[in-house]
Amino acid sequence: MSNIKKDEESIKILIVDDEQSVRDSMTKWFLEDGYSADSACDAKEALKKLQKEKWDVIFLDIKLPGMDGMELQQRIKDIDPNIVIIMITAYASIDTAVRSLKEGAYDYVTKPVDPDYLSHILDKIVQQTRILSENIQLKERIQELYEVDQIIGESSAMLKVFELIKAVAPTDTTVMIRGESGTGKELIARAIHSNSPRRYHPIITINCGGLTEGLLESEFFGHEKGAFTGAMYRRKGKFEMGDGGTIFLDEVGNIGPKTQMDLLRVIETKQFTRVGGNENIEVDFRLICATNKDLELAIKEGSFREDLYYRLNVFSIFISPLRERSTDIPLLANYFLKKLSASMNKPIQGFAPEAMELLKKYSWPGNVRELRNAVERAIVTGRGNHITVSDLPIPKSPKISPEDKSLESIEKSHISSILEEMGWNITKAAEVLKIDRTTLYNKIEKYDLRK
Amino acid sequence: MRTTQKELHIYILPLQFQDHQLLTGLSKVLKEIFGVPVSFLNRPFSLEKGLDPVRNQYNSTWILSQILQKVPDKTGKVLVVTSVDLCVPVLTYVFGEAQLDGKAAVVSNHRLRDELYGLPKNPQKLKERLEKEAVHELGHTFGIIHCKNPQCIMYSSTYAEEIDFKPISFCKSCSEFLEKKKSQYSS
Repeated sequence: MSNIKKDEESIKILIVDDEQSVRDSMTKWFLEDGYSADSACDAKEALKKLQKEKWDVIFLDIKLPGMDGMELQQRIKDIDPNIVIIMITAYASIDTAVRSLKEGAYDYVTKPVDPDYLSHILDKIVQQTRILSENIQLKERIQELYEVDQIIGESSAMLKVFELIKAVAPTDTTVMIRGESGTGKELIARAIHSNSPRRYHPIITINCGGLTEGLLESEFFGHEKGAFTGAMYRRKGKFEMGDGGTIFLDEVGNIGPKTQMDLLRVIETKQFTRVGGNENIEVDFRLICATNKDLELAIKEGSFREDLYYRLNVFSIFISPLRERSTDIPLLANYFLKKLSASMNKPIQGFAPEAMELLKKYSWPGNVRELRNAVERAIVTGRGNHITVSDLPIPKSPKISPEDKSLESIEKSHISSILEEMGWNITKAAEVLKIDRTTLYNKIEKYDLRK
Repeated sequence: MRTTQKELHIYILPLQFQDHQLLTGLSKVLKEIFGVPVSFLNRPFSLEKGLDPVRNQYNSTWILSQILQKVPDKTGKVLVVTSVDLCVPVLTYVFGEAQLDGKAAVVSNHRLRDELYGLPKNPQKLKERLEKEAVHELGHTFGIIHCKNPQCIMYSSTYAEEIDFKPISFCKSCSEFLEKKKSQYSS
């Protein structure tokens, strides 16, 4: 065989016909065209070959001894629905040909076949197969892209989050993501969506915090032309656009009472009408919502509907604030550094040890988002190979987060920060703290503080 | 005519083919392109058993099988040149057929004639088409499959005018493959 690499080489053709001359000449024809081809004399042999290997195209004689071609066609479709089946008929019998096409055959040919037509069919199939496999590859690449840009964390809190995502993603369960601002709630929502069967449909994010109640209603459900002043055209709502996919409601705790009721209805019925319209629109969506509000308190205060709360809070994922999982800080910082320095084309290799210490000690009230911005700014201003303390946009005496809220813990962290600020000059630090040096030494010993 | 030559050789065997001028030209072209000696065989035999009376066409696969029995030489390739209409049972017609990586090939000028398609006779075109088809089928006997390069003689043509578009030469990769194959024969 030729050593010339061709597209056709990857396509495998099986010819099923009881006439040896047909099997031989077709096999030969396909081999000359560079396909890999084999044949079977009846359904039994064909099924055996189908079990053994994967085939792309099957030429199938309608009249076969034993199980006939039509029946075999069904069996083939059960084994592998992606196989392209072309029926071969001895006479142009429209009835059987139409029946086979209805059963899902790709095409049919009558014996003897016009060689030009045969080449043409095969060319089309090759093209179709290539597009199909390209499509699968692209989808896989999209998934990889999602995975690469997903959530970073090694702390036990984050590992628990990963587990929950994995568990809930393939289901259609409504998910509530709780966590402080900047902890990456939207990323979690995207991760759930991209690991769910709905991943080839859109995920539509609606930020419920930034809109007035009227606007939010139109954002959710769309509006008809003339529904209100300024509604010059009909507009599709986000629920309509997210049909088949996932709706992510960010800051769901900020929704006003009327929209809460509308939302409850659409969750229950999966139907809604556009603002100013009468048409009932059916939608299929999966709901994920996020909030940093204390919804339980809001229920008590009467600002959030309890029935809606139970509808939304089916499966909840809590993301810890960054200060409670400081082991994730170096991981995140290095991840952002690598990603952002590459996109900004800056050859920064890493963080100076002191800079990393500072990052680890800082309390990050803005969480991961703040960390990302801090790293981005440091990359912009940094000049050397490494990011130093002075490159970081963190206050000179950063608010060091105490491990807990006890007085002792706060004292420890305060002494530690003053010592850092004074460069461990005990006299100066004692002066600032308004205690004598001996007391300071005792405290340093007590809290096991080190330079 | 029996040969004792051991090196690669191409034999042309005309069967029901009258145009001697065409054959002489063909032998020159094959010699030039394949770079091997080309000579004529004289083994007349009847094609009648290969005729499908319903289709009024001759089974080219049957012709090839007959040729193999008639040609004892181990290193030669045999090209049958005929003017009868050829087919294989499953296809409505073929211009020619060859054994892939084998010994025998057959070509017919029947469907290469412009007059068959309602056009005026064109002897020059017919000559070129026959030569191209002969080179193409012989290429198969060297194990070369169809090439995707339209500027290569191994590009598949299923209707006569398509043959006119390709040159009578191998593309680089098919040519390299041919040379490799030829060296295997001589070693």
